[in-house]
Amino acid sequence: MQTEIKFAGFGGQGILLSAKLLAYAAMKQGFFVAWVPSYGPEMRGGTAYCTVVIGDKRIGSPIIKNPTHLVAMNRPSLEKFANDVKPGGVIMINSSLIPTRSNRTDIIELIVPANDAAIKVGSVKCANIIALSAFAAKAKVVDMEVLRHCVMDEFSAKPKIIPLNMKAFDEGVDIANKS
Amino acid sequence: MAKVLMKGNEAIGEAAIRAGCLNYFAYPITPQSEVAEYLAKRMPEVGGVFLQGESEVAVGYMIFGAAGCGERVMTTSSSPGISLMSEALSYIAAAQCPAVFVNIMRGGPGLGGILPSQGDYFQAVKGGGHGDYHLLVFAPDGVQEAVEMTMNAFTLAEKYRGPVMILGDGMIGQMMEPVEFPDNLKSEPSNKDAWATSGMDKRKSDKRNLVRSLFLDPTELNANNLALKAKYVQMKKEEILYEGYNTDLDYKVLIVSYGTMSRVCKTSIDMMKEEGIEVGLLRPRTLFPFPEEAIFKAATRESCKAVISIEMSMGQMVEDVERCVRGQRKVDFYGECGGDIPTPEKIIEVVKGLL
Repeated sequence: MQTEIKFAGFGGQGILLSAKLLAYAAMKQGFFVAWVPSYGPEMRGGTAYCTVVIGDKRIGSPIIKNPTHLVAMNRPSLEKFANDVKPGGVIMINSSLIPTRSNRTDIIELIVPANDAAIKVGSVKCANIIALSAFAAKAKVVDMEVLRHCVMDEFSAKPKIIPLNMKAFDEGVDIANKS
Repeated sequence: MAKVLMKGNEAIGEAAIRAGCLNYFAYPITPQSEVAEYLAKRMPEVGGVFLQGESEVAVGYMIFGAAGCGERVMTTSSSPGISLMSEALSYIAAAQCPAVFVNIMRGGPGLGGILPSQGDYFQAVKGGGHGDYHLLVFAPDGVQEAVEMTMNAFTLAEKYRGPVMILGDGMIGQMMEPVEFPDNLKSEPSNKDAWATSGMDKRKSDKRNLVRSLFLDPTELNANNLALKAKYVQMKKEEILYEGYNTDLDYKVLIVSYGTMSRVCKTSIDMMKEEGIEVGLLRPRTLFPFPEEAIFKAATRESCKAVISIEMSMGQMVEDVERCVRGQRKVDFYGECGGDIPTPEKIIEVVKGLL
């Protein structure tokens, strides 16, 4: 059994970190994981995407054409990858920046105004954490308590911003539960 | 020790420290710059030295200098940078100094691109620099193996008193995977007093050690080359590593593939198995010495009708595979380079074409 999650957005949106936290949580639960970035010549404002592969046996190909799920943080990402997602998967759409939808009926669409919700929580910088927790709560790929701890661990060197990110995490879960 | 989630590049840096390497010299180049970034921070913490050279040419000779003094030393680079270091590699091999070189391959030739490639097989296995020398070449297929091979590389560099190369690709450098650092791969202190220019006071010896690669007397040069050859013969006896995947069944096709490419092949093999098609994989884990006999045996299994070498290159290792199969089976090739790694679906299409 293998699950693949593609995270995609602008460089600087925290795509790689969201993906890393998910991989980290899955590893803590004893799964085999691989975090595979697209490391083209991108920079802030360019496109960034990253795939997390979670499996119950050693990960073979790190190259994934059709992921199980997609977290789209901006419009070009949704347009580029929506049709690649396997039927039955979750497509998370950051509706703060994406006015369109996936136009697919065979997947579960999760609409999360990640940027707006992040501003409401305290800083637009935590939009990636909101997207992560909302997606994870909907797709149920990892244990939410483990993931919450991983987010906390990630910011352990900057304890000042832990409460903000925890608030963001809970807000994301809330949005997913209400959807 | 608990597993940690690390990028291949960072894990290689940490592996060097765990193996007791206190000297790391490098020049940044994508896709391996994180090794330098990581060790720039880590080396001072353990009392080691990180120095960024003014170019890869300089770095090559910084490695030679430290190795000649008997210091455990490593550099990392990517394809164009390794070309610049290749002169020093030849000198280090000739002077019989232990050193570890890591090549996280990117697309070439020329400046090429920054995405993963396996286009430096010939360079790593057949030469790179001039003269009759070989590198012991490891080909990891993921972060854990990159760590184990890097740690082991220091031991083997000292055992054979020569340069050892880790030949990875951009995917292995950039990918994050869970990794453990095995305690049993720490290197023992080497017996460097017999050859290193470490200072006669320090080693309390009357014997003058000389590190050199110039032998104008033909008898002396021949003797040095024979000494090198004897090491390569010994490596072929003692250091060959490979993995068989699905090779205990009656497969119709044998794939030979290494590194990242071999993982894609494994996924293809699993997918074909579900359709009832058995395909075997032989993955060389050392590229020099090459698993010649293992490939011959796997290729000549009665059920095996065809052999194919699959690489992220335009066809390099395939020449060695053909040599090992000795004309007993047809050897095909499939490869892509430029940065796009062939997908499992593409490999299946290619393999089915051989049936």
